[in-house]
Amino acid sequence: MNAIVVKDLTRRFGDFAAVDRLSFEVAKGEIFGFLGSNGAGKSTTIRMLCGLLKPTSGSATVDGVDVSRDPEAVKQRIGYMSQRFSLYERLTVDQNISFFGGIYGLDRTRLDARRRFVLDMAGLAGRERLRAADLAGGWRQRLALGCAILHEPPVVFLDEPTGGVDPVSRREFWRLIDHLSASGVTVLVTTHYLDEAEHCNRIAIIHAGRLAAIGTTAELKQVFADRTIVEIRTSNAVEAMRLIERAPDVEKTSVFGTSVHAVLKHGERDVDGVKARLEHAGVPVASIEPVPPSLEDVFLDVVEEAG
Amino acid sequence: MRKIAAVARKEFRQIARDPRTLMTLLFVPLFVLLLYGYALNFDIRHIRLAVDDRDRTPESRSLVAAFVNSGYFDLVAAVDADPKKAVVSDRPAATELMDRNDVRAVLVVPNGLGRDVRVGHRVDVQVLLNGDNSNTATTVMAYATTIIRTEGLRYAARAAAAAPAANGPGASIRVATPLVTVEPRVWYNPQLRSALFLVPGLIAYIAMISAVISTALSIVREKERGTMEQVRMAPLGATSFVVGKVVPYFAISLLSAVGVIVVSMILFDLPMRGSWLLLLAALSLFLVGALGLGLLISSVAETQQVAFQLALLASFLPTLMLSGFIFPISSMPRVLQVITYAVPARYFLIALRSIVLKGAGVAAYALELGALTTFAILVLTLASVRLRRQWT
Repeated sequence: MNAIVVKDLTRRFGDFAAVDRLSFEVAKGEIFGFLGSNGAGKSTTIRMLCGLLKPTSGSATVDGVDVSRDPEAVKQRIGYMSQRFSLYERLTVDQNISFFGGIYGLDRTRLDARRRFVLDMAGLAGRERLRAADLAGGWRQRLALGCAILHEPPVVFLDEPTGGVDPVSRREFWRLIDHLSASGVTVLVTTHYLDEAEHCNRIAIIHAGRLAAIGTTAELKQVFADRTIVEIRTSNAVEAMRLIERAPDVEKTSVFGTSVHAVLKHGERDVDGVKARLEHAGVPVASIEPVPPSLEDVFLDVVEEAG
Repeated sequence: MRKIAAVARKEFRQIARDPRTLMTLLFVPLFVLLLYGYALNFDIRHIRLAVDDRDRTPESRSLVAAFVNSGYFDLVAAVDADPKKAVVSDRPAATELMDRNDVRAVLVVPNGLGRDVRVGHRVDVQVLLNGDNSNTATTVMAYATTIIRTEGLRYAARAAAAAPAANGPGASIRVATPLVTVEPRVWYNPQLRSALFLVPGLIAYIAMISAVISTALSIVREKERGTMEQVRMAPLGATSFVVGKVVPYFAISLLSAVGVIVVSMILFDLPMRGSWLLLLAALSLFLVGALGLGLLISSVAETQQVAFQLALLASFLPTLMLSGFIFPISSMPRVLQVITYAVPARYFLIALRSIVLKGAGVAAYALELGALTTFAILVLTLASVRLRRQWT
């Protein structure tokens, strides 16, 4: 049976549907990515799955427990960690672990064993007496994850866990998540970083409370199967965009760093036409060549389609 | 139970590591006690007095001496309203001294006082008072009246004793002695020291403020920091969280209140005529109500700033103004009197004064203890209903 089963899940705040008939399933041990812009309904969904918010309609089960029927039982089976987690800053590493172990009802022997595990995992052995406030970002984040999984929950929710953390720590953090998943823990993670989403087994993109796309990254990239994306390197990206955005053979354009991505309607045979148009207008083109779609291309396309 | 203990232990550790909260709970109360205890003094002494003695006889001098020896007045100037008698011409007139606030009272002894009282005639002595502070003026007037009346009786006795010798047998001076006199005995606070009246109020006031504010802030801080959300994700009921949170504040508030009481006994000679056990019981009931009020506020406020203001409004003002701490409830307008029934400090003060000053038994303030219990149950129920609704 799947670890998370969501069926027609809906949550309204007054007239506004923050989550609108959302359905998806997450297999045990899967790393499931949840993508969406701010306000798309990611956090509302997670809060319902954690038993913190009652769904207006629809149903969801986590590890076999219905979230609206038994929210307390759900809480025992999940770990939750967010970007603004939420350690007690004045307390030491050790005291934070004791507290979270305590409220999850761990007895002394189990707490001691788990404490050692968490300190090892987070690389905090020898730093037990430091105050949480004095830890650097990466350590704090790993301690937070450790506190969230002290009670060995089968399902873990991570709500933008890597916000404000340096790239090295982010990579380290994802290594821990891979470990968790390998040991059979199901992970549902929301993120803004599209490169991180590549770590996920499957991804759901939600927009305005609805599911816009779901699948592996390879599956998601299939939306560009019959279209071509070209990357145009130029010294004047803004002017280049303005020039080709309304061209008949160009579907849409977007800026990627210093270059421009253009989606061509008829595939590679349009490339020369686009290049000629730019050069004719006096915009120098350093290179123009087809590129495989990135997750960002997919995200922008899907969100635009779902509009 | 283990979960509650975990919350309580965490809270103790946080308080121990947070100098601000620790100060609020332990040292601010003592500081406030000293500040108010010494500054809030309704006893009036060292009243600056000027004397205008136009008589200059042994009798007039003994009247002036009676003022000085009473211990209430300090003789700071002698005035001479009568220019003919002025020894030093630049002596200021009485009005000038009063205007400049150099003196609060002027005693004017009329010419002929000695002569008249020797033969048993009635004499009027004038006392000028500065009425800009009506409380002080009333008290000074009472002191002056008492001194003058006592001195008048002494004159009369002396005149009566001297009368036979001076006027021969048969002549008599009628000394006006009142047939009914007042023999006041003030119980519980014989010297009428205002400290004994104020300190119990102060104890209630301090305990209320620190308990309400610290509880309200501690929960709202968790809301602000996001730790509350984290804790709500755990299988920990709202009740366990609240109980675990309140226990440390209750213990510390109780400790702090007992500290304030002990210091009051040392510094302000507050007696302890009743039982400590009853005192602790009344104090505990009062504190539970205060903590409940703090919880209720924390369920309304979303930021520490709002919580602080609400807590101050709900604890500081009513306890100061409407509890009988400083202003007697019986002399308040009817509407305010009705409001005082909702102020827990009102009941606690009655119980506290009964225990500490009177040593009275439970029967004397059973009603008040009942009211405190009702208040505590009421706010705790309200707070837990609200907090539990916010929990899931």
